[in-house]
Amino acid sequence: MSVLIYTDSADGTLTKNAFEAANYGALLAKKEGKTATAIVLGEASDIDKLGAYGITKVLHVNDAALNNFDPQRNAAIIAQAVTKENATTIIFPHDYSGKATAPMLAAKLDAGLVTGAVALPEGNTVRKTVFSGKAFADVEIKTAIKIISVLPNSVDKETGEGSVTVEKFACEIPATRLTVKEVKKASTELSLTEADIVVSAGRGLKGPENWGMIEELATELGAATACSRPVADIGWRPHHEHVGQTGIAIRPNLYIAVGISGAIQHLAGVNGSKTIVVINTDPEAPFFKAADYGIVGDAFEVVPKMIAAVKKLKG
Amino acid sequence: MKIIVCISKAPDTTSKIAFADGNSKFDENGVQFIVNPYDEWYALVRALELKEANGGSVTVLNVGDASNDAIIRKALAIGADDAVRIDAPTQDALFVAKQIANYVKENNADMVLLGKETIDYNGSQVGGMIAAILDMPYVSLASKLDMNGTTATIEREIEGGVEVVETSTPFVLSAAKGMAEARIPNMRGIMAARTKPLNVVAAIDATNATEIKSFSLPPAKTGCKYVDADNVEQLIDLLHNEAKAI
Ligand SMILES: Cc1cc2nc3c(=O)[nH]c(=O)nc-3n(C[C@H](O)[C@H](O)[C@H](O)COP(=O)(O)OP(=O)(O)OC[C@H]3O[C@@H](n4cnc5c(N)ncnc54)[C@H](O)[C@@H]3O)c2cc1C
Ligand SMILES: Nc1ncnc2c1ncn2[C@@H]1O[C@H](COP(=O)(O)O)[C@@H](O)[C@H]1O
Repeated sequence: MSVLIYTDSADGTLTKNAFEAANYGALLAKKEGKTATAIVLGEASDIDKLGAYGITKVLHVNDAALNNFDPQRNAAIIAQAVTKENATTIIFPHDYSGKATAPMLAAKLDAGLVTGAVALPEGNTVRKTVFSGKAFADVEIKTAIKIISVLPNSVDKETGEGSVTVEKFACEIPATRLTVKEVKKASTELSLTEADIVVSAGRGLKGPENWGMIEELATELGAATACSRPVADIGWRPHHEHVGQTGIAIRPNLYIAVGISGAIQHLAGVNGSKTIVVINTDPEAPFFKAADYGIVGDAFEVVPKMIAAVKKLKG
Repeated sequence: MKIIVCISKAPDTTSKIAFADGNSKFDENGVQFIVNPYDEWYALVRALELKEANGGSVTVLNVGDASNDAIIRKALAIGADDAVRIDAPTQDALFVAKQIANYVKENNADMVLLGKETIDYNGSQVGGMIAAILDMPYVSLASKLDMNGTTATIEREIEGGVEVVETSTPFVLSAAKGMAEARIPNMRGIMAARTKPLNVVAAIDATNATEIKSFSLPPAKTGCKYVDADNVEQLIDLLHNEAKAI
């Protein structure tokens, strides 16, 4: 019996979320005395790295057609792997690909699914985030086959020295009914959901011309940039940077919020961050209640000093 | 064009999150319920725009008990033609998806639009499940949808960007931000909603594949450590040596 992990790739390499899901699956397999098998669809040059995350076997369907994402086709292929590996649990990353593929597989296999898991299962019960990170729910899966998707940046990783055997998986690849016409990637930017550090700014910055220092701080820290919703709505920053309840939810190691008041809808998307730093002129700004570190001060004075201090540290 | 929009009931975004009955249930005391924002602002409004441009009908579909009727009326006030409520208490996505898929199979639709997730359970499950059961293409996290006859051109979020994909009816789509601008119902809409049909139909037999056992709140932050604005270097030092975050 095995735990099967779907590891997605983008631009020819496995994603950070994929490695996290792999590690989660490997830890679960170890706990339950099962084999940890990963399945990779499409091209990926770094499959060998899965060994360090505890994966021992990889099924690879190396067909370039699969680089184009179709959750229906992926689910059909993964279902074949479930049978072949006699998998009892299937793990997905809870990212754009897992969010689409895991439910399709669940319906196909008539299996219970828990999305956004933040810890390994205890028996048949899995802890997941609910209410946009404001609470957790412990959810029991009642079916024999169990499907779990892992929330990015939320489970501790254990890496080692292991290696993998890669097997070409001969399976039936159904035709797709989705044609990809165009890909628009902001490829030079670090992806927000995968970033360890995020520097974010809000209306307190007064105008788009003032973002230079935010970008500079982010560059110095190797961080991605984000913003509050009004800032994206008025067009100061691109929409894909909008974090919060109605934007994207992120859980970086470090979230630095500059000139953001900390409205509940904003917090909903960032309160899973491990460490939160708030810089705001208003000592009463609600964000300080959710912060680990705070500076009551003017962003235009504090941020340049932060840049200088980081430069000195990294010196 | 016949469009079905699946709507769910969600607590208002400012609701206090608390639990009752030994942490086994969400405490609804004093909570205002709304149509799940992704369903209303994006899926429903885009459906109405497509209908206004191309003709057809927009039906809102909900699986739930009679306590959902208020939010269903809200969707009718915004402009849906009619509504269907499949009468069942809900807690599991697969159960809900089976109900919706069965209804779509019996009544047909050119497209089924959903929100990308419910803001309470954060499942992102129901749409994909419906598509799998009905064997329809599924486009998730869509931020744009244009129709040309039976061909749909859709923008969807992928890792680090967006992608333009094409598919044809019938299909299932989950809507994210960008798809449309929220509409506020006007007086005429609210009056009209009172007389629009809200058909209650019986649920089919299905079991729950999952069950929520209990809820908990994350540990509260121990408090904010303040650093003086004149001493920014100390902050960077704390982040490096104490939080080990940089
Ligand atoms: C249904 C719903 C969903 C929503 N979803 C989201 C969401 O997903 N994400 C989101 O962000 N918002 C969301 N909002 C909006 C949210 O309620 C707030 O309005 C928004 O987050 C405020 O953005 P802000 O903090 O940038 O601006 P403001 O609230 O205007 O705050 C600006 C802050 O900057 C500070 N400031 C001013 N000058 C300076 C300076 N020189 N230096 C340092 N600080 C300074 C001020 O003290 C203030 O605290 C949603 C709202 C609703 C109703
Ligand atoms: N009880 C329900 N009735 C109708 N539609 C629902 C219901 N629950 C969820 N949906 C739809 O499915 C989407 C995703 O929900 P979820 O998978 O629960 O996050 C929602 O945005 C709704 O469009």
